[in-house]
Amino acid sequence: MPDPRFKILTSASTSGPGDAGRTGSWRVERPVIDMSRCIPAKTGKHACHLCWLLCPDNVVSKDIEPEIDLEYCKGCGICAEECPVQAIEMVPDADFIEGAERE
Amino acid sequence: MSKAIIESGNVAAAMAVQLARAEVIAAYPITPQTPVTEKLSELITAGRMDAEYVAVESEHSAMAVCIGAASAGVRAFTATSSNGLLYMSEQLHWAAGARLPIVMCVVNRGIGAPWSVWNDHQDAISQRDAGWIQVFAKDHQEIIDMTLKAFRLAELVHIPVMVNYDGYYLSHTYMPFEPPDAARVDAFLPAYQYKHALSPERPESLNTVTLPDARLDVNGIKRGGYMDIRHNLHEEMGMAIEVWEEIDREFQGHFGRGGAPVLDPYRCDDADTVIVAMGTMANQFRVVVDRLRQDDGIRAGVLALQMYRPFPGSRIAEALQSARHVLVYEKGLSYGNQGALYADIKSALYPYPSRPQLHNFIVGLGGREIPTESLYQTTRAACTEDRMRPPAQSDAPQWIGLQL
Amino acid sequence: MKMAAKTTVLNLTEEEFVHPGNRACSGCGLSILYRIGVKALGRDCIFVVPPSCLTVMQGLYPIAATQMPVLNGTFASTAAIATGVKAAMRRLGRATQVVAWAGDGGTSDIGIQALSGALERGEDIIYICYDNEAYMNTGVQRSGTTPQGSLTTTTPFSGKSEVGKNLPAIIAAHNPAYLATCSASYPLDFHDKLLKAKQIKGLKYLHVQTPCPPGWGIEEHMTVALGRAAVETGLFDLYEIEDGCLQLTGPSQQLLGKACLRPVREYLEMQVRFKACSDEQAAALQAQVDQRWAGYRDKFK
Repeated sequence: MPDPRFKILTSASTSGPGDAGRTGSWRVERPVIDMSRCIPAKTGKHACHLCWLLCPDNVVSKDIEPEIDLEYCKGCGICAEECPVQAIEMVPDADFIEGAERE
Repeated sequence: MSKAIIESGNVAAAMAVQLARAEVIAAYPITPQTPVTEKLSELITAGRMDAEYVAVESEHSAMAVCIGAASAGVRAFTATSSNGLLYMSEQLHWAAGARLPIVMCVVNRGIGAPWSVWNDHQDAISQRDAGWIQVFAKDHQEIIDMTLKAFRLAELVHIPVMVNYDGYYLSHTYMPFEPPDAARVDAFLPAYQYKHALSPERPESLNTVTLPDARLDVNGIKRGGYMDIRHNLHEEMGMAIEVWEEIDREFQGHFGRGGAPVLDPYRCDDADTVIVAMGTMANQFRVVVDRLRQDDGIRAGVLALQMYRPFPGSRIAEALQSARHVLVYEKGLSYGNQGALYADIKSALYPYPSRPQLHNFIVGLGGREIPTESLYQTTRAACTEDRMRPPAQSDAPQWIGLQL
Repeated sequence: MKMAAKTTVLNLTEEEFVHPGNRACSGCGLSILYRIGVKALGRDCIFVVPPSCLTVMQGLYPIAATQMPVLNGTFASTAAIATGVKAAMRRLGRATQVVAWAGDGGTSDIGIQALSGALERGEDIIYICYDNEAYMNTGVQRSGTTPQGSLTTTTPFSGKSEVGKNLPAIIAAHNPAYLATCSASYPLDFHDKLLKAKQIKGLKYLHVQTPCPPGWGIEEHMTVALGRAAVETGLFDLYEIEDGCLQLTGPSQQLLGKACLRPVREYLEMQVRFKACSDEQAAALQAQVDQRWAGYRDKFK
């Protein structure tokens, strides 16, 4: 048993989100899902979910209508690339800045 | 000494590990340490010791196994010598930074190149800044007692401990010693517990990348950065001297032996000439001291340094306050400078009013014989020499026994 | 051979073991692998990790992006540290899996001695090598597994002239209890091979090709497509070795039925790192693939 006089400082980390901050700020394009094409959303049944499976950052939900956590989504676009029905489009984040207009 | 046995120093070390109930032993052979791990292998295979024995493929991996086991809260041990110690150097720093209470016996041997299998202290000295506690034994009884105390110290202060003893002088010679009673050892050395032990129930990521500056944890509590962790190691290593003395008193209560855990003085009380040495050489000097007193009327004493890191600087400086001559004999040095111990002692004396004349001798490298006669002659000459040598000359180490 | 579980996207657990907002690059192949792999391993396991991209992804003190217990250790000693942790688990009477997870540099180069020792001793651990074919964490230097022709910062202009190590073959020569090759682009295959590895005593080695967008010179969205191309061109084969017997698995096994595979050139042209690759080098690579697959077709027909 360690002596109570000793603090024994070590690098022992405990688990939590956002070690690198809100990584959504890394993104220049965000995935936007067209629910009219998305297989589970369209059929109302759990199916496909490839965007959930292949997301490196654990920001896509495994819901009938998948949700993307934009606070942390790094915008890699793997979900859009791998979607078998091309239901996900990568859209410039700038388009979502309020008041901004794009030519 | 009714329970005394006669065995080698390496067997004394192995018996200590057995008595300490170390649970993971990692071993890689290197002369003159090899018999320690052979003995442990034999004890485990014969069912006389209950432990995991891992025959690794290198010393680097031996320390890695100890790091893995200790991080999981299990008592670990290894032993090595010479280049084996240097090969695990990276791991030594790691174990200290991770505050793992690993105990390792280092059977001191010269470092290549060129190859030498014989004794000196350069292996241990080269690792003095790794953050390990370093203690030096002088005989077989001290090997077994000191190794047991080392486990207790390591686990109290959470800093790894290196128990050094001289290759061949102690490792391969047979001397009587008394193995401590196993039941009493259990009382003296409770089971190892670690608050950060790897556990799926309480997951933590240990020793990960740590920033220069403090950072808030997931609960918003500020945690120090790399420098703060390292400062804490330094501070608590210094505090280990006192804990080592407390442990020695406890050990004395259990086993009746001890009393000189940090400095072991011989005829130093009235001495104006004090020889400082580590390991077996300090015992050899007892004969020299007796002769200097008897034949030459020189009031000499020998101060054996039992603990080299943390360096008991103020204790040494105080012990040397009435000395006129201090002679530091070493089996290792900082190349291009001086004996490492000499430099340490010189710096420890600086703040004190009395600064005796200091002499530095390098002896016995790579097993070069250290005749007691030459220790006597060099000591006597140093005590009677002209004190007005130029500073540069008086500060340079003298190499004893060169055969050029 | 043990029967393999067949996990689908639908029955794969929703429980997550790594937090979002970690430091992995956008589109990181390792992140896919880690996220899905830990789902197979479950909570009763301890990771041992040497310096690598995973070190960074795991989080900087005092925050851990991973929810798993991890022992970070020195570069050369991953398998030996894992040995020590496993020995401790045996002493504690715990069945906890000990998982060494290292990169290709940490496995094929600096860590190979410790791994060879652990293999020879038959340590009861899972060793995962995520092979992104260069030292990516230090900024894309050549490693033992970097393929011939590949540009790295230490093989500039003309690419690596030597052939990369066949690390799984080196491991196979040690007769491990289980060996599997996997791809970050087929995370469920990796998941199920891990489920299988968990059931086997001894050293289980999984070698995973892991595309790296910045290191390989691909757009971040192409990570999965590229790993798939490596498999579909026959360049990177998915197989298992048990009792010395090699079997193609999953996607690679399905390729056996095809008369010809996608041309290797397609895979090479997707990546900036191969832009110095000559026509002769590409043709030689194609010839190697053709020869290997002819051998597979003979063996498994």
